[in-house]
Amino acid sequence: MLYREAGQFKTNYRADQAVFPIRQDFIGIAALLAVLFLVVPFTFNDYWLNAIMIPTMIFALAAIGLNILTGYAGQLSLGTGGFMGVGAYACYKLVTIFPEVNVLIHILLSGFFAAGVGFLFGLPSLRIKGFYLAVATLASQFFLEWAFGRVAWLYNYNPSGAIEVPNQYLFGVAIAGAPASSVTRYIIVLTIVVALALIASNLVRGRFGRAWMAVRDMDIAAELIGIRLLPTKLLAFSISSYYAGVAGALMVFMWLGAAEVESFDINHSFLILFMVIIGGLGSILGSFLGAAFIWNLPILLRAMPKYFGADINAATVEHVQFMIVGGLIIFFLIVEPNGLARLWSIAKEKLRRWPFPY
Amino acid sequence: MSLKKLALGVAAAAMLGSGLLASATPAQAEDSVYIPLLTYRTGPFAGSGTPIADGLHDYLTMLNERDGGIGGATLIVEECETGYNAQKGVECYESTKGNHNGAVVYNPFSTGITLQLIPKAPIDQIPILSMGYGLSATAVGATFPWTFNAPATYWSQMSAIIKYIDTQDGGVSGKKIGFIYLDVGYGREPIPLLEQLAVDMGFEVMLVPVGVKEMQSQSSHWLQVRREKPDWMIMWGWGAMNPTAIKEAAKIRYPMDHFIGVWWSGGNVDLNPAGEDGTGYMSANFHATGTDFPAIQDILTHVVNKGMSQASADTVGDNYYNRGMMNSVLIAEAIHTAQTITGNVSISGADMRVGLENLNLSEERLAELGLAGFTNAIRVTCEDHAGAHPIYLQQWTGSGWNAVSDWFTPMRDRVRPLLEAAAVEYTADKPDWQTQTCN
Repeated sequence: MLYREAGQFKTNYRADQAVFPIRQDFIGIAALLAVLFLVVPFTFNDYWLNAIMIPTMIFALAAIGLNILTGYAGQLSLGTGGFMGVGAYACYKLVTIFPEVNVLIHILLSGFFAAGVGFLFGLPSLRIKGFYLAVATLASQFFLEWAFGRVAWLYNYNPSGAIEVPNQYLFGVAIAGAPASSVTRYIIVLTIVVALALIASNLVRGRFGRAWMAVRDMDIAAELIGIRLLPTKLLAFSISSYYAGVAGALMVFMWLGAAEVESFDINHSFLILFMVIIGGLGSILGSFLGAAFIWNLPILLRAMPKYFGADINAATVEHVQFMIVGGLIIFFLIVEPNGLARLWSIAKEKLRRWPFPY
Repeated sequence: MSLKKLALGVAAAAMLGSGLLASATPAQAEDSVYIPLLTYRTGPFAGSGTPIADGLHDYLTMLNERDGGIGGATLIVEECETGYNAQKGVECYESTKGNHNGAVVYNPFSTGITLQLIPKAPIDQIPILSMGYGLSATAVGATFPWTFNAPATYWSQMSAIIKYIDTQDGGVSGKKIGFIYLDVGYGREPIPLLEQLAVDMGFEVMLVPVGVKEMQSQSSHWLQVRREKPDWMIMWGWGAMNPTAIKEAAKIRYPMDHFIGVWWSGGNVDLNPAGEDGTGYMSANFHATGTDFPAIQDILTHVVNKGMSQASADTVGDNYYNRGMMNSVLIAEAIHTAQTITGNVSISGADMRVGLENLNLSEERLAELGLAGFTNAIRVTCEDHAGAHPIYLQQWTGSGWNAVSDWFTPMRDRVRPLLEAAAVEYTADKPDWQTQTCN
């Protein structure tokens, strides 16, 4: 009843191809953003911002990155954790070498280092396809992990091998490091993630996105209609790595405050791959849904016994949580292989006909 | 289609439902002190983490059961599972620090987590007690008012082990010492000191890093040891790395009595798999093993035998169990000290800091606590948050531990200047780091 586009006439192509062609979607997103920007910072407590909102946003950004590469361009990658690490370490080096430049600029710049590394490891993608490419990206993951642990210059010869975020200020307000309040960090993360997500959704519906999807669906056909494979794939690798790199830098500078090699290990690559698969391949919305689901489900499961007043010890909850998350992933893959984004589009279809379905 | 609805329902519940959880904090007790425990009973480090978690939990529970808490304040003890993972540890910290009027102290039991919490401690005003681990430089109390690592730092401990080696087989000079370590912040922590001592005392160091992924397959590392034949091996291992290393060392017939572990590489769980083959292996320690102490008997009576612990009675008194308990003894004593000094019963994190900084666990006080001879007297001061307290070496007999050396002090005169230099270096790029002045 409410969600109907009847009467919204498009009189030109521009309107027809808008990011949100349906007015209700636009209003919905605007309302959501208003809540995220104006309500959440003032109502959520530290724990909610630090443990739920900030990580969800950061992982969503990384998932968008992987989704561009895997969901849109069809290049399976297991190297996201490593690319996030490149962003984080690059940002750390930039901050320590140029302390006078604002950290926000460094965070956005560090993505370019990740993009460069992604470009390099994307080079074999013309010759290697499918699972074999996944193995090649796995190699990048292992190489990068090795570099983060062994190249002492990357962590400024810190004996513990960890990178630590120095305190950073913008107009006298602490924005990174321990004195930065969670509200400040949340707003920074949200702004960057929303901006980059908008850019991504514009990218994927434009010329580049269409080229990526053509390559994904059938690379020979794409080549025949005049899409140059290597530049297209490399562009996907670079942009995907840029997103992963910015996400990695945000993870260390806006969330964790310090990191070691373990923060960017292969498990992270898998985690983000799961987010993309559960959320929905080839969907920006799916990246957010997948990140929210995979990140918050364990937190919810862990908090559940306490909520119901049951006194179950932390380790048992942890074990049970592993089993439930694993089971749910399989359940979702069977029930809705196209991910949460598909569930949302089904819900949208139903909404259109509600309350008079036929 | 109903399955799909179910799926949608689950997804919605997972993404939105947790909103109800924020209000799930239980009612407050009259006077209470909240002690969240960052423990790990899952993952590759569970072998080491479980007995420590039991020891930590049981001593505090015993105080509640036997004395009704400390100084009239009930202890609210809550475990949060970190899996020895820094990210999860930080999440645990964030999710617990504000509960029950605020946590009073954190014991991360992971150098990686400690490193992440050090800058947070002054902001949240919650002290960190990293007992015998963590960043060595935090011993410099003037620079790190909120972090404590009594009874000794890794650097002190490394110096003590070298000191011991120096008394054996004609001294350490000219020898080759192999250092096998878990390749994370924890294992790398003592390397600067080891390299400095190598220069000062004229021995050679051979580094053997073991990555977390290779923890359980160390044949190549020990092949390297067999080829290079170091005179002594020192190990900074944890979790599944320890039993593997000891078994591999036995396999290449490395002389066990020339193999010394850090105090985190000396659990019964680490040596039991090797059993007889591990005979002769030594590890550092700063407390006794066994159950021959009135306080531990109280734990058995009031907690373990009542089924309030996850530990079985036969693991009580194991090295790591007693380690966890020792940590709780320090916490309890610091709470007691804080209550005495500040006069508050429900102390805050800031009060706890005062308690830790004036901690004085004398021989008499240990006897009062039912722990006479359990550990050496421990004293923390404003200047020295670790104190170079004496430690001893214990040797595996094939089924248990035997003290093989007397209590002896680390090389404080060599270590302290290096610690101070490291503290200066730590704060060099942190212009607004909060320090304190000690008189």
